[in-house]
Amino acid sequence: MIEIKNVCKSFGDKEILNDISAVMETGMTNLIIGTSGSGKTVLQKCMVGLFEVDKGDIIFDGKNLTNMAQEDRKELRQQIGMLFQGSALFDSMTVEQNVKFPLDMFTKWNHQKKIERVNDVLARVELKDTNKKYPSEISGGMKKRVGIARAIVLRPKYLFCDEPNSGLDPQTSMVIDKLIHEITKEYNITTVINTHDMNSVMEIGENILYLYNGKKEWEGSSKDIIFNKNKKLNEFIFASEFLRDAKDMRMLEEKGIVDNDRNMEKIMREGGANLLMNDDDKSE
Amino acid sequence: MKLFSTIGAYLLMLKGMFTKPENFKMYWKELMHQSVEIGMGSLWIVTIISLFMGAVSAVQTAYQLTSPMLPKETIAQVVRDTVILEFAPTLVCIVLAGVVGSKIAGELGNMRVSEQIDALEIMGINTKSYLIGPKIIAALITIPLLVVLAMVLGIYGGRLAGSLGGILSGETYDRGLLINFFPKNVWFALVKAYTFAFIISSVSSFFGYNVKGGSLEIGRASTTAVITSCILILFADYILAFFIL
Ligand SMILES: Nc1ncnc2c1ncn2[C@@H]1O[C@H](COP(=O)(O)OP(=O)(O)OP(=O)(O)O)[C@@H](O)[C@H]1O
Ligand SMILES: [Mg+2]
Repeated sequence: MIEIKNVCKSFGDKEILNDISAVMETGMTNLIIGTSGSGKTVLQKCMVGLFEVDKGDIIFDGKNLTNMAQEDRKELRQQIGMLFQGSALFDSMTVEQNVKFPLDMFTKWNHQKKIERVNDVLARVELKDTNKKYPSEISGGMKKRVGIARAIVLRPKYLFCDEPNSGLDPQTSMVIDKLIHEITKEYNITTVINTHDMNSVMEIGENILYLYNGKKEWEGSSKDIIFNKNKKLNEFIFASEFLRDAKDMRMLEEKGIVDNDRNMEKIMREGGANLLMNDDDKSE
Repeated sequence: MKLFSTIGAYLLMLKGMFTKPENFKMYWKELMHQSVEIGMGSLWIVTIISLFMGAVSAVQTAYQLTSPMLPKETIAQVVRDTVILEFAPTLVCIVLAGVVGSKIAGELGNMRVSEQIDALEIMGINTKSYLIGPKIIAALITIPLLVVLAMVLGIYGGRLAGSLGGILSGETYDRGLLINFFPKNVWFALVKAYTFAFIISSVSSFFGYNVKGGSLEIGRASTTAVITSCILILFADYILAFFIL
């Protein structure tokens, strides 16, 4: 569990985060959503200490990061995995070396054991036969997956993902979302994800924090989000007319005004985008 | 004001480097890697520069020493002393400031901009000591070696130019080399080499490590790193000459 208490952060006289408090639950995918520039990345970097907060506390299972000694902070960080918005792979190293790096640095395992673990996590993110490739030789989606593999190779207690599916096609995004969700459950990780992808919100949003202009505007789960009454959140989520209509229909339906429509159920469950595909295409 | 805060940040960076390595073996590996990058990477350019600067100083000295009263050996003496005292340490280090400095600043700047430094930091690695420490130590090991090599090759270049150009024979040159030779000069040159090596590596690390913004800034940081290193080298050269000679 990570508690964020009254966090404020400014760059110069530009206020980016304004008095944010929230709780990131263990074993859950905690989402931070908001428009581009709303401060998601800054909040996440404050949480891991890459930016120092101006005011407030970040508490990792009772341990306060903000006033921690350098050595303790280093120790805590060995339990943190992070996927950066641009993957941040070491471009002088191969995929295998990238994923192996945390093991080289922090374990005394023999080579054999390290390679086994590396292949383990690479298989976990569905990457095979890329071990000897360099980051410049693989696609964006593969880089994200290598990034995830590197983030989880030491079995972290906390996982941070900054826009894990930006720039990816909907299908690959879905695979990555599911993967992060599964890993979270499997290892009981406290996972924090920044996203503005509505599919992810609906799919894996167990605990959602909506940022608007650096303030916490709303929080809840993906179930709450459909019926929320917050105007700004609705503008953000139901940005397209299609989704707005879908939402209205759902509301009317709740009140018994229209009949239950099979397609509407689907929109609610899968976030709309899938509806555009044929039923046959979807059966995996 | 900005100058003082920059100097302060630079000193803080140096101070931040001194922590216990997370894993000695990985630091060692990085040190070896950097030594190859910095040392082997500049071997060719140093070789070429030293041969030519020795050759040119031999030819020019011969041109200026027109008086028949002076023995030919003087040419060798002059080449020896200028190469050891000034050309090998200072000129070579100025060139290395360009070659090594821009490489270091570019590498760190790229790592900063693409968040690789943040990624290391988040793993719980002290990036100042892991990324900058090995670079400075590697420079302190390899650059003085390169300077010694430059001395030897520079003097040899003078000998080659002298005999090829019919200015003086190899034997005369060798005899000249032994006249009035002060070993102290070599020590002085080494003091300079160590100082300059530290300036080049730490200053360019500083500018690369602190890049803010995008790829445009990386180029800018490299340029700043090279210019600052060059100026500091010349300044340190003067100070050292003033106090030691
Ligand atoms: N290092 C920095 N220095 C100054 N301002 C910054 C810095 N990093 C971010 N900002 C500012 O903070 C604000 C929030 O940026 P942030 O990167 O957190 O947005 P975001 O919500 O992650 O957006 P996106 O979805 O596009 O990634 C922006 O206005 C940005 O200009
Ligand atoms: Mg962002």
